[in-house]
Amino acid sequence: MEHTATYLGLIPLFPLIGALVIGLLHMLTCRKNPLSEMLYGALACIGPVLSFFLALVVFYHLKGLPADERMLTHNAYIWFAVGDLHVNMGFLADPLSSLMLLFVTFIGSLIHIYSIGYMAKDKNFGKFFAYMNLFLGSMLILVLGGGPVVMFVGWEGVGLCSYLLISYYSEDTDNVLAGNKAFIVNRIGDLGFVLGMSVLFWAIGAGGFDYLSLKANAHSLTPAIGVAVCLLLFVGACGKSAQIPLYVWLPDAMAGPTPVSALIHAATMVTAGVYMVARFSFIYAHFPSAGMVVAWVGILTALLAAIFGMFQKDIKKILAYSTVSQLGYMFAAVGVTAYSAGIFHVFTHAFFKALLFLGAGSVIYALHHQQDIWKMGGLKDKMPRTYWTMLIGALALSGVPPFSGFFSKDEILFSALANGHTGIWFIGVLVAGMTAYYTFRMIFLVFHGKPRDQQAFDHAHEPPAVMTIPLVILAVGAAFAGVLNLPAIFGGSLNVSHWLAPSVVEHHPHVSVWLELLAMLASIGVVAVGIYIAFKKFAEGAEEPVFTGFAKVGYNKFYVDEIYNALFVQTYKGFGSVISRFLEPNVTDSHVRFTSWLYQKAGNAFKALQVGYVRIYAIYMVIGLSLMSLFLSQSIN
Amino acid sequence: MIQNYLILSVILFSLGILGVISRRNVFTVFMSIELMLNAANLSFIAFSRLHESMDGQVLALLVMAVAAAEAALALAVVILLHKHKGKLDTNVFSLLKG
Repeated sequence: MEHTATYLGLIPLFPLIGALVIGLLHMLTCRKNPLSEMLYGALACIGPVLSFFLALVVFYHLKGLPADERMLTHNAYIWFAVGDLHVNMGFLADPLSSLMLLFVTFIGSLIHIYSIGYMAKDKNFGKFFAYMNLFLGSMLILVLGGGPVVMFVGWEGVGLCSYLLISYYSEDTDNVLAGNKAFIVNRIGDLGFVLGMSVLFWAIGAGGFDYLSLKANAHSLTPAIGVAVCLLLFVGACGKSAQIPLYVWLPDAMAGPTPVSALIHAATMVTAGVYMVARFSFIYAHFPSAGMVVAWVGILTALLAAIFGMFQKDIKKILAYSTVSQLGYMFAAVGVTAYSAGIFHVFTHAFFKALLFLGAGSVIYALHHQQDIWKMGGLKDKMPRTYWTMLIGALALSGVPPFSGFFSKDEILFSALANGHTGIWFIGVLVAGMTAYYTFRMIFLVFHGKPRDQQAFDHAHEPPAVMTIPLVILAVGAAFAGVLNLPAIFGGSLNVSHWLAPSVVEHHPHVSVWLELLAMLASIGVVAVGIYIAFKKFAEGAEEPVFTGFAKVGYNKFYVDEIYNALFVQTYKGFGSVISRFLEPNVTDSHVRFTSWLYQKAGNAFKALQVGYVRIYAIYMVIGLSLMSLFLSQSIN
Repeated sequence: MIQNYLILSVILFSLGILGVISRRNVFTVFMSIELMLNAANLSFIAFSRLHESMDGQVLALLVMAVAAAEAALALAVVILLHKHKGKLDTNVFSLLKG
């Protein structure tokens, strides 16, 4: 049973209109008399905030309906219809997308507000906010899309915006290259998505190509095609959500301004892959073997990224690898068919990761664009609000109870164990310890000990309120969001899981309370050990170590970038140069040149006839008419 | 009887063509064109008489009117050409030579 709600279309429309208005204003005025930053800031925040309020309306509208009728649809218009393929510009709000909507718009709005402070005095202030609004609008299309095709529009939109924003400081070649990398790696993933969509359409698309029809027809998928669809879609998810082997773009995406990183890592873009897998849970749940691939890729990504994270020295890189690692957890969850646990981790992660990035942004802002944690230290008393909020974020990320990360991460690990995937659970617990270690390594190095760069320390100061207020709000979320999905063992009732139940296909296995408790204690213990090691090594001030052996390999990210470069980029470049040097001049160009040569020669030959004297033309006419008359008289007779 | 008129018409038309092709003075070329028009008129009227219908005569009158209008335009063009080059030799005006 579904209901229609025409206002659904407005949710993505508000930020998109904002992007258009801001973009046009910026284009028209940036040369001569730039408009004030307050105007742009206000315009930029209107769209996301309005969308947030509409998301609340959607949420309460759904909440008022009986559980099995919680579906709002709106078909704005028929986008195109070719043969069997009828694609509506349709939107679907069900419990899953409404949850995504809430935190995407909420955190997106906070990041917009924060950006007003962070981007102050930037010369392309208007352009920045136009891109940000476009980014958010695309993400909302992705989340609200009623079918794979509309989702793909948003999917490509966020890819484009990430490119634009990562290479935002385009004076520096490195940033442009990072943007290119993100774009190209995402394109590889998108190919998987498009292929997956095509196979899906070929198999069961004839009965309608939106989620509801696909869900109704999913049972007729044969195992081979079903697994193929799952794996192809997962390639797309790998690209967008930075999983092995396509995770390489996300750490480089740090080249963009810090609020952009927060937006990419928390509210938009990287969560899209997890959301997509959960959206297609009606297919994934039927094919556990495909789910296993997803889960193992996820958990191995989590491990790999955690290893890299332990050795990084750029504060944003540490956070970037922690995102890759946490995304790995989410995929592990959706892989073992614990969709609600995965989505709940997306939800809590959005709060604490946005918080950590915006906090890191405050530190970078205060230290005048210093990002090396080995040049920071002792900032605790200089920036108390940033310190305390970031500490909450770090506790949540590490999974310390009772902060939000603990509940969502524990739910994932417990689901893996309860579904009988002990290997995944074991790696997951290990990664939890490593996460705690590198997160607190960062906190201790940045805020504790003695300042390592006295001059920068002396100039450091708390950023303005427009930046700290979003931090405080996010800190509240990061601390308490976990309560929403309190498991039964703490007297809760898994509210989020129940809320998501109509949207995702999952079954909860029954296991003893003791196992649950044991699993919980194990992860708490490992996290405590991780924090303790970090405390011992870094709390009292440590000097930058010279990496040797494994640490050096880890710091250099196992040389994956270099290997990819040698294996793919250079091969491709070599291939390209062979084509440009041999194939192009000899095969394709030669035809074109011959044709132009032929026309030149023919033109020269016929030029002689054009003498320029009117009477000669008259002769041509007479000859022509005579011949025509002759021909006609012959044919009549 | 009609043949005589038609033969005269053909002779006049051929003279006109010959004038257009061989003469270089703009005025002579122009007069030759008029001659061709009137050769056509002659055959129109001859056929009109043969078929005992007025159509040919109407057409002849129309051609005359057009010729008059054309003469006015052509004379204006000739004056401009003269102003431009100071000559009325058609060989001078050969800008379109390839």
